[in-house]
Amino acid sequence: MTAGQEGRHVSALSAGILKTLPLVFGYVPIGLTFGVLAQKAGLSAFNALMMSLLVYAGSSQLVAAGLFAAGAPAASIILTTFVVNLRHLLLSAAIAPFLESWRRRELAAFAYQLTDETFALHAARFQSGVPSKTEVFAINTTAQMSWLMGTGLGVVLGQIITDVEAFGLDYVLPALFIALIAVQIEETKQIGIALCTGALSLTLRMLGLGQWHVIIATVAGASLGVVTKLWTSEKSS
Amino acid sequence: MDQREIFLTILGMAAVTYLPRLLPAWLLSSRSLPWWLAAWLRNVPVAVLSAMLFPAIMAQGDQLRIGPRNLFLLAALPTLLVAWKTRSLFGSVITGLVVVALGRLVFHL
Repeated sequence: MTAGQEGRHVSALSAGILKTLPLVFGYVPIGLTFGVLAQKAGLSAFNALMMSLLVYAGSSQLVAAGLFAAGAPAASIILTTFVVNLRHLLLSAAIAPFLESWRRRELAAFAYQLTDETFALHAARFQSGVPSKTEVFAINTTAQMSWLMGTGLGVVLGQIITDVEAFGLDYVLPALFIALIAVQIEETKQIGIALCTGALSLTLRMLGLGQWHVIIATVAGASLGVVTKLWTSEKSS
Repeated sequence: MDQREIFLTILGMAAVTYLPRLLPAWLLSSRSLPWWLAAWLRNVPVAVLSAMLFPAIMAQGDQLRIGPRNLFLLAALPTLLVAWKTRSLFGSVITGLVVVALGRLVFHL
């Protein structure tokens, strides 16, 4: 590798890490929350860290911590995780067209670290060209490292903290959802999608659909957006 | 469950989480998507986040909780405002946590 190439490599690396910082500030406290809850649920430090390393899907890990605490059987924990994380199908499909030139094992590594938040970060930028692989993987790895770090801190803190609610830690996930929605919204139509999907999901939850309300409402809400787009473009033409 | 069983469960969780992440990236990358599918996929992040958010702040289990005594719903307003104005994930999350912690401490909500 020449000095010039190496320089580009290093700058792509630091650019990736810098771009991930806002996400790190979200992941460390949420990872910490997970660590605390996992510790309270009776997971060993090793298992809590393994879940953050191998599963690496925030909301499903928080949900799973609750299920472990409640003494749920393994099969039901795995099935719930599957349903909560099924939305990654859609994220992966949305990102795939941008990475046509990538090798299969590079895609395999990318997919492994694909989360709602890294998706949001990448999707916005890929529209105007895919940055270097070094930068993309720097972003993904920085994000997961911060998630692991948060988890580790949380496990330690879990042994000290007795009252999780006094710190508002149970609000981390809703607050993160709100922030991510606000950052995503670019046109007024998306506000409509957010409100309709949210209301539908809430209604389905009330009807007692377990974890399915998220998937059903997401499919319906995203489809509604396409239907209105079709309708308005036909009217204007 | 002992720690070994928990670890095996985590392996199962990892498998069912990885496959939906991997398969579309492998199978769809060489084909361009029709416009309606692309438009649909663009709507997904906002939709899925809203679908998780609303029940998290407006319900407790299967019970609807919309009203001034719902601290999670109240805290959503300043959180949204900070997120909208600053576009900072960290700032918004901290705002939410502080409002919830204060609400509990001061108003016993």
